[in-house]
Amino acid sequence: MVQQSPVAGTIRKPVNPRVESYKNLWRRLRKNKAAVVGGLLILVFLVAGIIGPYLTTQDPNLPQISIKLQGPSAEHWFGTDNYGRDIFTRIIHGMGITMTVGFFSVALGGIIGVFLGIVSGYYGGKLDTVIMRIMDILLAFPGILLALAIVSVLGGSLTNLIIAVGVFSVPAFARIVRGSTLSVRRLEYIDAVKALGASDARIIFKHILPNVMSPIIVQLTLRIATAVLTASGLSFLGLGAPPPTPEWGAMLSEGRAYMQQAPHLVLFPGLMIVLFVLAFNIFGDGLRDALDPKMNK
Amino acid sequence: MTKFIIRRLLQTIPVLIGVSILVFSLMYLIPGDPAQMIAGEAASPQTVEQIREKLGLNEPPPKQYLKYMSNIIQGDLGNSIRSGRPVADEIKARFWVTVELSFYATILAVFIGLIAGIVSAVKHYTWSDVTIMIVALFGLSMPNFWFGLMLIQWFAIGSWMPDWMPQMRASGWGDDWKQVILPVVTLGTGGAAIIARMTRASMLEVVGQDYIRTARAKGMGERVVIYRHALKNALIPVITVVGLEFGGFLGGAVLTETIFAINGMGRLTIDAIRTRDFPIVQGTVLIISFLFVFVNLLVDISYRLLNKRIDLN
Repeated sequence: MVQQSPVAGTIRKPVNPRVESYKNLWRRLRKNKAAVVGGLLILVFLVAGIIGPYLTTQDPNLPQISIKLQGPSAEHWFGTDNYGRDIFTRIIHGMGITMTVGFFSVALGGIIGVFLGIVSGYYGGKLDTVIMRIMDILLAFPGILLALAIVSVLGGSLTNLIIAVGVFSVPAFARIVRGSTLSVRRLEYIDAVKALGASDARIIFKHILPNVMSPIIVQLTLRIATAVLTASGLSFLGLGAPPPTPEWGAMLSEGRAYMQQAPHLVLFPGLMIVLFVLAFNIFGDGLRDALDPKMNK
Repeated sequence: MTKFIIRRLLQTIPVLIGVSILVFSLMYLIPGDPAQMIAGEAASPQTVEQIREKLGLNEPPPKQYLKYMSNIIQGDLGNSIRSGRPVADEIKARFWVTVELSFYATILAVFIGLIAGIVSAVKHYTWSDVTIMIVALFGLSMPNFWFGLMLIQWFAIGSWMPDWMPQMRASGWGDDWKQVILPVVTLGTGGAAIIARMTRASMLEVVGQDYIRTARAKGMGERVVIYRHALKNALIPVITVVGLEFGGFLGGAVLTETIFAINGMGRLTIDAIRTRDFPIVQGTVLIISFLFVFVNLLVDISYRLLNKRIDLN
């Protein structure tokens, strides 16, 4: 709809509220220094994870026993491991694996969790009770235990790691989305579209989902941090990708035996996990602040 | 209140049943035949069939589950494939080690978390607040198994303070209290960070409320306002996090016990996974989850006891 501007003779462009709200979000996000640092770090990780492996000159898995357990140097920035492999190269190659596990497991958990949460909140009744009780059951396994139990029966591999960590993420999404759906469902405009004869699917996807996106986006970011921590823990326990995959948790586990002679074997992969998780945590915190209506006041 | 406790107790029953169904079904997710696994690869088909018969694996799954449940109620969690000993006995020997470790870690997390959170909130937007929150963010982002290894490196085997703290523990908790420090710090740090953030947020929310303004308007000292009025109410939501953290520590003990070679339930689980001793895995996962559900029940009840506003509503 074209609006007539109060200034005679000029015509104001139509405003898309959704685009405006994203613009606002971007403005608030830019003001949050921590979020900017987190966002930039994530960007660096993304770029390094995607193009880094093509730029490294060394093979991440080629053993060179003659140079094993060397400390950091100009040639080997993070030193070499017990097989003489360059740790920096392995870390760069491992970045893609960490991102794959983080993104895919959260995507899996997010899709299932959001679906269950919306269905539960929108339809309510017995379906809601059943879904939420199942979520309660999944939440009854503390910490890493659920993912551990799943991966222990499925066997150690990257795919199984993604499935295990994905299932572990489902209840968090389902609970948050259910809560938001419940509050959106009660709003008048939902009654209005219902009265206009819109189908349930249309109401859910076109009218509820876009309005519960804020907590989902925040949760997606923060869950990637949790997922990477959980996955690296499982890999550390030997339940992730089989050797010689340069997964950071697995590298830590391998380096553990040589900690006394070569502490850098443990130091660098661990620091990378900390930085990666930290980036998503501070970006997620910043996003939450920018999206929280209470903070907008 | 009694009504609430009874209702809350009844609510845990379906969760416990659900957890037991899930743990029971783990056996069906294992690729291959469980009976073959128990008997070993070289076993004859007759032996495998005998084991299948003995375990009731030929029965329909619901019937098997009912048998599994009735055994659990009687304290029978099956037998370990590796040692042949009852799973319940294997767990009993290690149960308190993990509970104790998690308990100490919770005390540490609450102690550090509360102090840091309160200081942060009282001095909000100052350098102390920013520093505490940055440290907390690091604590939150650090894999505890890496932190544990770093602590070992610094305080037990490395060049900084070699042999300052003994880190190995053959079985259970010994007499040397120093042995407890590193594992407890390793396990508790992440929780301390979460509690600090939660306490800060909760305090800041309470400080902004009308009754605090009234207390200040009455001319009360800042100390009295913060510690007598604000803190009491700010701590109520923190209790829920403490319960969750204790549970998280029970699960997280899997990693800490592995690093410090502590013979608790966590290490038992990992050893069992490595040797594909599934009855043990099922047993430990079940017991830890049941314990977690029980702790959450206690937390809910104490939350209700402390938060009078729920009653009013």
